[in-house]
Amino acid sequence: MAEHPDKAGRIFEVDDIRVTFDTADGAVEAVRGVSMHVGRGETVAVVGESGSGKSQIMMAAMGLLANNGRAAGAVRYRGRDILNVSVAELNRLRGRKITMIFQEPMTSLDPLYTIEDQLSEPLRVHGGMSRQAARARILELLNLVQIPNAAERMRSYPHELSGGQRQRVMIAMALANDPELLIADEPTTALDVTIQAEILQLLAELQSRIGMSILFITHDLGIVEAFADRTYVMNKGRVEEEGPTARLFSAPRTDYTKMLLAAEPEGTKAPLPANAPALMEAREMRVTFGRGPGLFRRDTRLEAVRGIDVTLRQGQTLGIVGESGSGKSTLGRALLQMIPSEGQVVWLGDRIEGLGTEGMRPYRKGLQMVFQDPYGSLSPRLTCGEIVAEGLLVHEPGLDSKARTERVSEAMADVGLDPAMRNRFPHEFSGGQRQRIAIARALILRPKLIVLDEPTSALDRSVQKQVIELLRRLQRENDLTYIFISHDLAVVRALSDYVMVMKDGAVVEEGPTGELFDRPETDYTRALMRAAFDLRGLLADKAA
Amino acid sequence: MTDLANPAPEIAAGEGTAGRSLWAVAMMRLRRNRAAMASLVVLVLMALAGIFGPMVAPHDYSEVYPEFVKVPPSLAPYPQQDQIVPAAEEALARARVEIASIEVGGGGVTIMVTSESREIDPRITRYLDRSDVFSGSEMVEVSGDGLSATMRADVRELYFIAGTDANGRDLFSRILISLRISLMIGALATGVALVIGVLYGATAGFVGGRLDNVMMRVVDILYSLPFVFFVILLVVFFGRNVVLMFIAVGAVEWLDMARIVRGQTLSLRRREFVQAAESLGVRSRDIVRRHIIPNTLGTVIIYMTLMIPKVILLESFLSFLGLGVQEPLTSLGVLIAEGAKNMRNAPFMLFWPAATMTVLLFALNFLGDGLRDALDPKDR
Repeated sequence: MAEHPDKAGRIFEVDDIRVTFDTADGAVEAVRGVSMHVGRGETVAVVGESGSGKSQIMMAAMGLLANNGRAAGAVRYRGRDILNVSVAELNRLRGRKITMIFQEPMTSLDPLYTIEDQLSEPLRVHGGMSRQAARARILELLNLVQIPNAAERMRSYPHELSGGQRQRVMIAMALANDPELLIADEPTTALDVTIQAEILQLLAELQSRIGMSILFITHDLGIVEAFADRTYVMNKGRVEEEGPTARLFSAPRTDYTKMLLAAEPEGTKAPLPANAPALMEAREMRVTFGRGPGLFRRDTRLEAVRGIDVTLRQGQTLGIVGESGSGKSTLGRALLQMIPSEGQVVWLGDRIEGLGTEGMRPYRKGLQMVFQDPYGSLSPRLTCGEIVAEGLLVHEPGLDSKARTERVSEAMADVGLDPAMRNRFPHEFSGGQRQRIAIARALILRPKLIVLDEPTSALDRSVQKQVIELLRRLQRENDLTYIFISHDLAVVRALSDYVMVMKDGAVVEEGPTGELFDRPETDYTRALMRAAFDLRGLLADKAA
Repeated sequence: MTDLANPAPEIAAGEGTAGRSLWAVAMMRLRRNRAAMASLVVLVLMALAGIFGPMVAPHDYSEVYPEFVKVPPSLAPYPQQDQIVPAAEEALARARVEIASIEVGGGGVTIMVTSESREIDPRITRYLDRSDVFSGSEMVEVSGDGLSATMRADVRELYFIAGTDANGRDLFSRILISLRISLMIGALATGVALVIGVLYGATAGFVGGRLDNVMMRVVDILYSLPFVFFVILLVVFFGRNVVLMFIAVGAVEWLDMARIVRGQTLSLRRREFVQAAESLGVRSRDIVRRHIIPNTLGTVIIYMTLMIPKVILLESFLSFLGLGVQEPLTSLGVLIAEGAKNMRNAPFMLFWPAATMTVLLFALNFLGDGLRDALDPKDR
């Protein structure tokens, strides 16, 4: 550290790094001259929306850039440049002194190897341990990351673990060689809020025990506030603002940071008038997946929804919250008769349960759905106009192409898209725009009920807020009824007037939004809310 | 690691209205791939040569030149200078005249003949015309007693740039026609396989359940039929012809295509845009047509470009076994088989068809790889 006497204590430094990708459209600069540093034992957060280049910096530092990417500048570990060294030299550092955990615990573990095999690799390659020694160390590590029954779990394959456990294994793998710096790239984004809180608790605890530094990349300001000592806010490949987390949150200096901080969904929905007419009435909804035992089959049945009643009134927004696997999406689909289900469903006086594809077609016009993934829910080979017009082809085949174009333009303008863009293809739109297209596709049929299945989960907070505003406006103008399915309590609170909390296919608690959020009655709901709204308190409790 | 294909775009309004489809993007990527583009040019040239070559080639592919059996490739015209005199002698051997002198020059020959006893019949010029070497022969002068005469004939200049085969047919013309046949079999058999395979696979994958099971078991059964046996059966029943080849090859190749498309369909089936279409009430037929098939096309096209060479090779194999196209029509496989038989005394008969085939297969495979990269950049 002789060459940086004034910068003592910095173990990791990024100096004016630039990352460029060669694409078919020419070079794209993803990172445009960013400098940052991490001190010993410090937790630093890099926060930014998708496309801000926050992950690419770390990818470049670790030599993991895509084939068409180039990095310029300097990345220093303890004063030594690691950006322009050979792979062999880099390998002596990465996986040993600097380790990384990724967003997707499903795909970062190799499905072909047991947990023990995966964990022993870094130990034996970098640590030079024998098989016996490695095994003892693995057991220790798994206990460290609080995996129950560690000795047994060592022999499991990744698919046998839950998402949270997989992420714990990833952390154990990263800790294997006592790293000095852990780079965590959105490690909790794919997890439920309660699991997220547990993983963050674990990381905080490990840090205080081992004394490593953490560089935490995220888009979630709630995590940053609860977790980081110092924060870099990134926007469009540049650092927008940098400073201690507490200062940044209490007195943001740039407009961009202010905008990010203000992007929490706000407002509530006014309660319905008492005389609002009933729209849909569902009794004892049940959905079972898999098939019963047969000649060559084991019993694979799984009850995803276990006897749920739903009552919807005109203009209502029913929020359904729950963690992944709670059956909330399944319930939404069952109500629309998109999957086989049991239970009685009355839609505007007609019994619609058990109607086949043909029988349901006349009702589909009034019952629409918007999906979670704005990338997956639009057919990549059709233009935006064709996608939006699809419902018209089915339900109003009499329209000529001119009238259809008119209706498409109208629907696009309704959701805030320029109708001139109707000849463009989905991949040319951003995530928020795509979700608008999906809403326009549902809206063009002038439906009464729209089931929104996590429509904002894949979007950045600021875009999320716009979509929420849009949904509110559309509801007001068209007297729409929503079923809003989400794991994000903040969004549900902002949009719905009645909430159902689901767990393991059953409703744990339900009630008007205000009451439920102010006075949750069950422990499960309380735990959910704590993890969602009071992460800082939760982490502080744990530390204490 | 995936490539960053497109930066997340936020389109500003009024930035032009025409969109750039995935196809356009893929084409752009393909255009930057030099090997693939060169292959495409070679393929187009070969296809044009196959289609129009036989129409403009100086020799018909079935025309036999008995004087020029297995002559080696040459840019100089046949007959060569030293072959003319023997050819003239041979042609006049049965005319019962003595040849006094033969002079070659001026694009023709002048032959003086004498006879000891009989008058020379002016019609003996026909003997010359009958040969492939000479044409337009005429009596220039007959002496008073009719015992000596001077004849003149033009020497037909024939070019065999790739030589001739064992029957004295121009190899270049035969390669041209074989290109036509091979490409036609490749394209048509692939087309047949494509149509059947895509429809069959998409239906099985989309409908799923019991129908899928039955349809795929049928495919399994067809797979288990030995292919050569199947072709021999067809040949025995219907005799040899080219159409039969298409059917035989197509009937086998669609099985692969059906499996691939079914696999693609199964994964597309779970995609949200298909569910979105279902929630709109779109008919299954239209979902398959509008959403499933267009999204499988990328893979299908890649597979197709790799299937064409496979089919061409398969046809060559069948022709090699003698089950393929019938003489005088020919295909690259037939030519190579014949070349292999004459490898020792006429190596060029093997070389030229084999070189053509190699270039063709190279080009198809390179193009296939290029298309794969262009259409599916994330899957490298």
